Amino acid sequence: MKKALIVTLAFVAAPLAAQNQDLGEPMAEGQDVETIEEEQGLTGSVSFEGNLDDLGIAIPAFATDRNTATPANANGTEALGVELARVITANLRNNGLFKPTGPDSLPRPSYDNITDPVWSTWGVRGAEMLVHGYVRARSDDRLTVGCYLYDMALQQRLVAEGWVVSPADWRRAAHKCSDLIYARLTGESPFFDSRIAYIAETGPKDNRTKRLAIMDSDGANHRFITTGRSTALTPRYSPDYKQLVYLSYVDGNPRIYVYDIGTGRQTLVTQSDNPTFAPRWSPDGRWILYSMAVGGNTDIYRVSANGGRSERLTDTPGIDIGGSYSPDGSRIVFESDRSGSQQIYVMDADGSNQRRLSFFGGRSATPEWSPRGDQIAFTHIAGDFNVAVMNPNGRGFRKLTNGWQDEAPTWAPNGRIIQFFRTARNTGATSLWQVDLTGDNERRLPTPVDASDPAWGPILP
Amino acid sequence: MNTRVATAVMLTSALALAACQKKAPEELPPAPQATATPAPASTPTGPAVGSMEHFIAAVGQANTVVYFDTDRYNIDAEDSAKLQTQAQYFSQYPQVNFTIEGHTDERGTREYNLALGERRANAAKNYLVSLGIPSSRIRTVSFGKERPVALGSNENAWAQNRRAATITIN
Repeated sequence: MKKALIVTLAFVAAPLAAQNQDLGEPMAEGQDVETIEEEQGLTGSVSFEGNLDDLGIAIPAFATDRNTATPANANGTEALGVELARVITANLRNNGLFKPTGPDSLPRPSYDNITDPVWSTWGVRGAEMLVHGYVRARSDDRLTVGCYLYDMALQQRLVAEGWVVSPADWRRAAHKCSDLIYARLTGESPFFDSRIAYIAETGPKDNRTKRLAIMDSDGANHRFITTGRSTALTPRYSPDYKQLVYLSYVDGNPRIYVYDIGTGRQTLVTQSDNPTFAPRWSPDGRWILYSMAVGGNTDIYRVSANGGRSERLTDTPGIDIGGSYSPDGSRIVFESDRSGSQQIYVMDADGSNQRRLSFFGGRSATPEWSPRGDQIAFTHIAGDFNVAVMNPNGRGFRKLTNGWQDEAPTWAPNGRIIQFFRTARNTGATSLWQVDLTGDNERRLPTPVDASDPAWGPILP
Repeated sequence: MNTRVATAVMLTSALALAACQKKAPEELPPAPQATATPAPASTPTGPAVGSMEHFIAAVGQANTVVYFDTDRYNIDAEDSAKLQTQAQYFSQYPQVNFTIEGHTDERGTREYNLALGERRANAAKNYLVSLGIPSSRIRTVSFGKERPVALGSNENAWAQNRRAATITIN
């Protein structure tokens, strides 16, 4: 039985040969998360009127109807309930949101009290908000997780929702609960239930190993996609998370590949001997932008995600590279040195109406359109390299970071947080960072090794 | 207009080179009588023709790499002298194919630097082609800022990293 399986695998793998030789094992795709309505889902309005940074939130352990064995936790659903509350607490704390208190310093509510809090227990703890939740193992091995947010002053439920997840996806339930709380209290769109693709870096500065890697928005479920035999750079998740586009030197030349996460297969974005760089998806996933150098001159092309003929969008003698779609897919902001130095330009999605946006002094590069459409993040180069934002009309310049070399911004799914990578002077050490659109709450994201080229995907489907 | 001059220079130097491969080209004596016979490929103990070692021995290490100013990719007088020396070697050994690697310093964004490295490699390639080396023998590849030779973060290191390096394949 086992022998037969190995033979089959070897047979299938053979034709993939050279192009796939840098790839690790394909991974199982995540399961869908089913949302269930909790009774009396949304009620009341938030009583708190101060600064949200000062809003105290108590997040005790999630309750369970009875401790049940689950692949999600070696100690069963009771221990899993603690973990769920810890993930939510860490999410809020690490992003500088509110004043969360986690399950390790709070009493544990009973299962029956999840829908009927004992107000006297929580009233003395000074928190304005109370999160309750439960986790239940179903007969089909999946888990039902419920999430409730209560206003302590009103003694009223503000919002409630539940999800059915596979045991492997238990953290997604915690992220969805975090998103529910965040969205209800701030009025912003959710962002926690999302993933990040990036480049993991190891080794000396003149011989770095650069591997394609992915992780959840909080750094959990970290996976390497490539083995590191070839240099991998600049990944981007497809909007449905089924594919990644990235640059690989697997055949000795820089070329863009489309990697299918479920099957582990990858294909060239275009059949050409020319080097290709800087891949991007359209928001609807139907198009891929890439940049290609022909005779040393780089221009931007677009191709259907299903393949076929490429269409050239720029034709100046300068370097035209990158590109980021507006959320409605009608326009593309990109980078060009046609004026003599790197600057930011905008064009219609078919390449027409090209005009320059950046007039800030210095150079401006790597523009990324916010998923909300209201801002464009980019790398501003004026001595140091810093992440900055502008309005889509080219006004409203604001510098958000102060590192020696901060580059390649990428947006949180809700357009309120920007990630980027920071390179240290001399050592060349790289790390992922994020900062609020306000310029506050700058923090480093923990990664197993050095890290660059972050690409934050949308909310998971 | 320069082609004929360049070709003449090239031929003369190529012959000189053939006569005395070990010396740096700048110090070569005047060309001897023209002869159609190519120089012996290599001595039994020497590096094989087309190996990087052989290429370096023939043209000198310094002539295998040309350097660029910040964000520039033009071939200046110093670069063209180096590339002429390389062209002498490659016209003497027409069987040798080679790669030009384009590189940048670390003070640029990653994707732009890949395109800039490609531009530099092509600038060097185009110059060699103008000297009569068939483009079919020349592969270009850009490494952007991914492969620095000098590791510091200062002007001196950056100047060394903004380069197009010729690498023989055989």
